[in-house]
Amino acid sequence: MKFRANLVIGGILFAGVVIAGIFAPMLAHTDPVMDANLMYAEEPPGGAFWFGTDAQGRDIYSRVLYGARISLTVGIVSQLINTVIGVCLGLSAGYWGGWWDDFVNGLTNMMLAIPSLIFALAIMAILNPGLTSLLIALGLTNWSFTCRLARASALSLKSQGYVQAAKVLGYSDIRIMLTQLLPNMLGPIIVIGTLGMGGAVLAEAALSFLGLGIRPPFPSWGSMLSDARDQITTAPWISIFPGVAIFITVLGLNLLGDGLRDILDPQARTRRA
Amino acid sequence: MSRKPLLEVENLRIDLSVGDAKFPAVQDVSFTIERGETFGLVGESGCGKSITSLALIGLLRHPLSIGGGTIRFDGKEIQNLSQSEMRKLRGNRISMIFQEPMTALNPLSPIGRQIAEMFVLHKGVSWTEANRLAVEALASVRVPAPERRVKDYPHQLSGGMRQRVMIAIALACEPDLLLADEPTTALDVTVQAEILDLIRELSAARGTAVLMISHDLGLIANMCRRVGVMYAGRLVEERIADEVFRNPSHPYTSGLVASLPLLGARSKHGRQRLKEIAGVVPPVAAFPAGCRFNPRCYAATELCRVEDPGVTPLANGGLVRCHHHE
Amino acid sequence: MLSFIVRRLLQTLPIILAVAALIFVMFSVIPGTFASSMSDDGRSVLDAEVMARMNKEFGLDDPVYVRFGKYIAQLATFDLGTSFRTRQPVASVIADRLWPTAQLSFAAMLFAIVVGVPLGFIAALRPGSWIDTISMVSAVSGLSLPKFWLGLMLMYLFALVLGWLPSFGYGGGDPRYIILPAIALGVAPLALLARTTRAAVLEIMNADFVRTARSKGMSESKVVRWHLTRNALVIILTTIGLQFGTVIGQAVVVEKLFSWPGLGSLLVDSVTLRDIPVVQGSILVIVLLFLIINMLVDVLCAIIDPRIKYT
Repeated sequence: MKFRANLVIGGILFAGVVIAGIFAPMLAHTDPVMDANLMYAEEPPGGAFWFGTDAQGRDIYSRVLYGARISLTVGIVSQLINTVIGVCLGLSAGYWGGWWDDFVNGLTNMMLAIPSLIFALAIMAILNPGLTSLLIALGLTNWSFTCRLARASALSLKSQGYVQAAKVLGYSDIRIMLTQLLPNMLGPIIVIGTLGMGGAVLAEAALSFLGLGIRPPFPSWGSMLSDARDQITTAPWISIFPGVAIFITVLGLNLLGDGLRDILDPQARTRRA
Repeated sequence: MSRKPLLEVENLRIDLSVGDAKFPAVQDVSFTIERGETFGLVGESGCGKSITSLALIGLLRHPLSIGGGTIRFDGKEIQNLSQSEMRKLRGNRISMIFQEPMTALNPLSPIGRQIAEMFVLHKGVSWTEANRLAVEALASVRVPAPERRVKDYPHQLSGGMRQRVMIAIALACEPDLLLADEPTTALDVTVQAEILDLIRELSAARGTAVLMISHDLGLIANMCRRVGVMYAGRLVEERIADEVFRNPSHPYTSGLVASLPLLGARSKHGRQRLKEIAGVVPPVAAFPAGCRFNPRCYAATELCRVEDPGVTPLANGGLVRCHHHE
Repeated sequence: MLSFIVRRLLQTLPIILAVAALIFVMFSVIPGTFASSMSDDGRSVLDAEVMARMNKEFGLDDPVYVRFGKYIAQLATFDLGTSFRTRQPVASVIADRLWPTAQLSFAAMLFAIVVGVPLGFIAALRPGSWIDTISMVSAVSGLSLPKFWLGLMLMYLFALVLGWLPSFGYGGGDPRYIILPAIALGVAPLALLARTTRAAVLEIMNADFVRTARSKGMSESKVVRWHLTRNALVIILTTIGLQFGTVIGQAVVVEKLFSWPGLGSLLVDSVTLRDIPVVQGSILVIVLLFLIINMLVDVLCAIIDPRIKYT
């Protein structure tokens, strides 16, 4: 077995973020929202405040730890929604064909025409800011690649002998899709899902940065950065650490996705760079 | 010119590198090709015939490399030539036709241009002159309306037409040696005969020697004067083509001959099952000890499992590598 | 070629209509109207009479299907409606913002192409070398960087600490103002282009026709110039087209960060202010830009690749 650097490094980075998120209450020094103390506003890193404090005197280290919870929740849940939508639509469209296929194809083409961040932003404009809205906005806007992949796999798999055999045996369509088709396309779908998770974490940060996602004072990395912009001259550390946290999380997910692709979907190396 | 052979291959060895380990994918292969002669190499896929031809033209790429032996072309050793020296031979004096005419041509370049490149590269002519020569070259491989066809792209041509273009490219500079690696395998049966006739005719007219590589013993026997039979990276028998059929020496060759359907055999001997050779060619890293054919050989003895047979000359000038040759 | 362009245009039209319908439906189901959102924030208390008058003025009390019909009819004449906030025609508001966004997107893509494509090429020509490793590690890092944070860091370093470049704003078209936002926006497509180029070149390097080219006795540099570049270009161009969409989308964040007066910051501001006609119009124009660029790319690909016209 070859040593797969991207898989190992990606796995370690991502596991680190997951651990930080899960054990945030134990690892954090202070409460991320309530422990504001203007006496300690804009303290540089060092001493009791490892990453310094922000304009309200809150401990950035603690806020970054708690921020992992929001980023991971949004990344994982919204990407799960996307994957379920994409697989359901793509699988059924490829398997059934006909008008349903045309419809799903049209829908996918339309989705691909709207930049996903713009679409998510439009949904956030309708809903009120907050975690649930973010999950909906990001969960509904990034399924087109999964859908295309599922459709293409279903199309090529449905003519295979074992699928035909299952049909002859009188299996229901749903059963064939779930037991015969789905397991054979899972690898590439997991790869797209992992890479999409990184994208969702970035999108959440961007929306929160624009004030349309998680609103302050809740510690989302994106909203922390939107506060930090005004203090960039006086307290640059407020900007540095949340950004590094986003970078590490997304880098971990991207490396993990690349590594998984080498194992699960070897042909894809050239198909989708 | 001397009466020396055009090509002399001696104890050629081609290594397959896997990590730090090296496995001989081709070993102790020796043969000669005279000027204007057509020599055949036959064997199952994976026996090393294709990479032998790539070695001759200097196109082996990692993980394959020449591990030993000499290749003498026109009296000069070429296995250690620098890339730039090799390029002067390649296409100009030794050229090659590949198996897949679908993918062997650049899909985004008109075929005329792909032929014309040869004249620009080796004859140093202008593009205008090269394009004119390309039309002639296309006419010589009997493509109809060549002056219009030169502007076509590969996807607009049939498989047979594409292979004609490949032949036009390969013979553009009137090389001394043409390597034809399974040139008709990917084509329809009716087109195969046309392409083979074309190769035979053009090479005869220009005095080009041909190394014809195929898994099809019938095709080889039809095209070539002499035949080398390869098995698991070794040349196991080398004979005059007719004799291979009449009187195969190596058990593997006998197997190949017996597996051919013969026209009229049924009326002579009644309905018979075609013979097959049991088993498959072993992978490079797992060549058996002793004679490499021993696990599949009906005549194998203890000696075959232990000792590698050397090359034995046969009475009529052939060579065989077997302890028990007939 | 002309029929190809016409066919491509005809394929695009239903997508534009579908997007218009989707945007319309989305913003018709918003609970509350612009008028109620103005009174929601408590700053301006509107009485029922004023609200009714506003709804009437903007035609908001018609049934949904009537409004949709009107909306499409207006779109057909390039009328995007009137801004709730400024009472100006949306089309002219957007027109003012179009040029800065186009400038920024093109500058970002130019940066991405000029650096990313050669980087991928060099990496592919020497697979496994240190330059390959470094460029691919940088590429995956570039893809993982949040743009607005990168922009913030660039702003801090080059504008505030070193003082080499202006920190934000449009600067009336002064080219020095575009450098930082363009880099922040261009790093991700740069990384993706480098990866795509590398993968494409590597794939083509192993293609049969490249082996044929070598068998002709061609030098490696001629193999690259005569046979590899064109083939790689088709894949690279397609990626560039798709990346343009992402860049225009992501420009929203970068424009906001650098106070760049483009479509993106207009969109964000209008969302915050619930100025629905401007939001609808901006999204529609962004989608249109993306579709036009992709159509241009497709036409370019069809010029380079003769197979496209026939399939």
